Amino acid sequence: MTLELKNVTKRVGVEMHIHETSLALSPTGFNILLGATNAGKTTLIKMMAGLERPTSGEIWFKGQNVTGVSPQKRNISLVHQFFVNYPSMTVYDNIASPLKVAKIERAEIERRVGEAVELLRLTPYLKRRPSELSGGQQQRTALARAIVKDSGLVLLDEPLANLDYKLREELRDQLPGLFAGRGAIVVYATSEPSEALMLGGHTATVMAGRVTGFGETGTLYRQPRDVATAQVFSDPPINMARVLKSGNEVSIGETRFAARGAILNRPDGAYTLGIRPHFVTSAPRSPDAASISGIVQITELSGSESIAHFEMGGDVWVAQSPGVHAYDVGERHDFFVDTSGCLYFDSDGKLVL
Amino acid sequence: MKRWLVPTLYIIFLMLPIYWLLAMSFKTTNEILGGFTLWPQQFTLENYKVIFNDPTWYWGYFNSMIYVTINTIISLAVALPAAYAFSRFRFTGDKHLFFWLLTNRMAPPAVFALPFLQLYSSVGLFDTHIAVALAHCLFNIPLAVWILEGFMSGVPKELDETAYVDGHSFGSFFFRIFVPTITSGIGVAAFFCFMFSWVELLLAKTLTAVDAKPIAAIMTKTASSSGYELGLLAAAGCLTIIPGAFVIYFVRNYIAKGFALGRV
Repeated sequence: MTLELKNVTKRVGVEMHIHETSLALSPTGFNILLGATNAGKTTLIKMMAGLERPTSGEIWFKGQNVTGVSPQKRNISLVHQFFVNYPSMTVYDNIASPLKVAKIERAEIERRVGEAVELLRLTPYLKRRPSELSGGQQQRTALARAIVKDSGLVLLDEPLANLDYKLREELRDQLPGLFAGRGAIVVYATSEPSEALMLGGHTATVMAGRVTGFGETGTLYRQPRDVATAQVFSDPPINMARVLKSGNEVSIGETRFAARGAILNRPDGAYTLGIRPHFVTSAPRSPDAASISGIVQITELSGSESIAHFEMGGDVWVAQSPGVHAYDVGERHDFFVDTSGCLYFDSDGKLVL
Repeated sequence: MKRWLVPTLYIIFLMLPIYWLLAMSFKTTNEILGGFTLWPQQFTLENYKVIFNDPTWYWGYFNSMIYVTINTIISLAVALPAAYAFSRFRFTGDKHLFFWLLTNRMAPPAVFALPFLQLYSSVGLFDTHIAVALAHCLFNIPLAVWILEGFMSGVPKELDETAYVDGHSFGSFFFRIFVPTITSGIGVAAFFCFMFSWVELLLAKTLTAVDAKPIAAIMTKTASSSGYELGLLAAAGCLTIIPGAFVIYFVRNYIAKGFALGRV
């Protein structure tokens, strides 16, 4: 029971929206499409839904070729980023709508809607119209409509992006539970790496119309296949620098530190170092941390963390340190790199494993 | 300066012509011609009695209402799918076609009076309600398309997609979900179709003789018979205002929405 994209492409006019992509999605856990705005997540979802036809390639669902099959005949559910409900219908009718179209018995409709409404805590609002609900309630109505259908494929296109912080957290905690045990393939598009990590499952990183990596979310985060995957899967953006490996040492400009892991088995030469901002701190995280320094350009404070953007050797680095630190903008500061977090990419941009 | 003074003056100026019409309708023609009176000295319902008892009078109202209703129905029925196409699809020449529709409204109705008269006479449609209704479509369909397109473009395309994914066919989506979503737009479009068709005189008069003659044309006829029956004319005028006032009352909220969308 899988959803497979086989060498799918999408071209609109002369623009390639999706370059040749193959993916196999399973019903175990969420399948997350992670990528920036305009990366092609929505196009992928629309092709999975049958709302857009791939320019080439095939889409297989449960062992059947469904390329070109209309969305009506596919038994899928879709939740958009914007709160889309039927404005002229009450909340109850909104949620019951897919079941009514499918000509399901009245009693059964009432039972299923009741269940969904209970799960999403919409019971007091059944008689209202969507315009009389808050944003969170509107999106919960859309989610309820997606789950009553018991479809084999649930597509969630950034469903939490337009909600405020508190509601987003609440609904995100609830999401996995809503779809657990239904045997549906759940596809969840998001632009936030942290959201992907919290939801777990499998993640596909999307950048400029290409799926750069696909795998178990935690594994993909720790071992991003290539530079693009590492860039997509890091927030704040991952620090990148040209480094030189010679013997057991790696050097960034003047700074030298001990090489660790798979890079030791590779020939000497130039590599790209990728290091996530939380491994670059203003106090050393480990005794063997490498010391670097740079001119601080911008500082941000996010409650429990201090973020500093600093310039070093022509690159802008981001350091994310726990606790509150005062940096003087324009001044040179020392930072420490926890070398256990170093990822090395070879000249083709592939991760050194 | 009292706060009520300006609004009161405003309303007096606004209502004065309507009051005068109403007052005249209750006067005899002699009193109207006799001199200046602020209110009817010899109050009479005779003018209204004439209109309600003479079929050539009251059928004028029926004729007007019949072709206005037919026109509004045809205009909306044709404009709904057209506006949907303009708002949802990109096709070759769509913008030009959309603008060209509007240019139909730039020509004065008089331009089309002669070709319509000749055309309808030769196909046997002269002096029928449908003839006037169809002639008015030339002006009302572009307007309705223009208004409805604005309302439809305000509905996100995601609504269509959600409905298809939920299993709705196009027809089911269009009539059960989309049309109810844009009722205010349909209300505004219907109002403007009604208004144009109700007040348009030239085409309606040219294309009819007896059987489908509109009330406005009958009023001009009365002016030329045995002198001016001013009281009668005023009564007919009062009755002509009523349907328009009714329609405005029902769609007043929709029109405010239409103005907010910038399409009216």
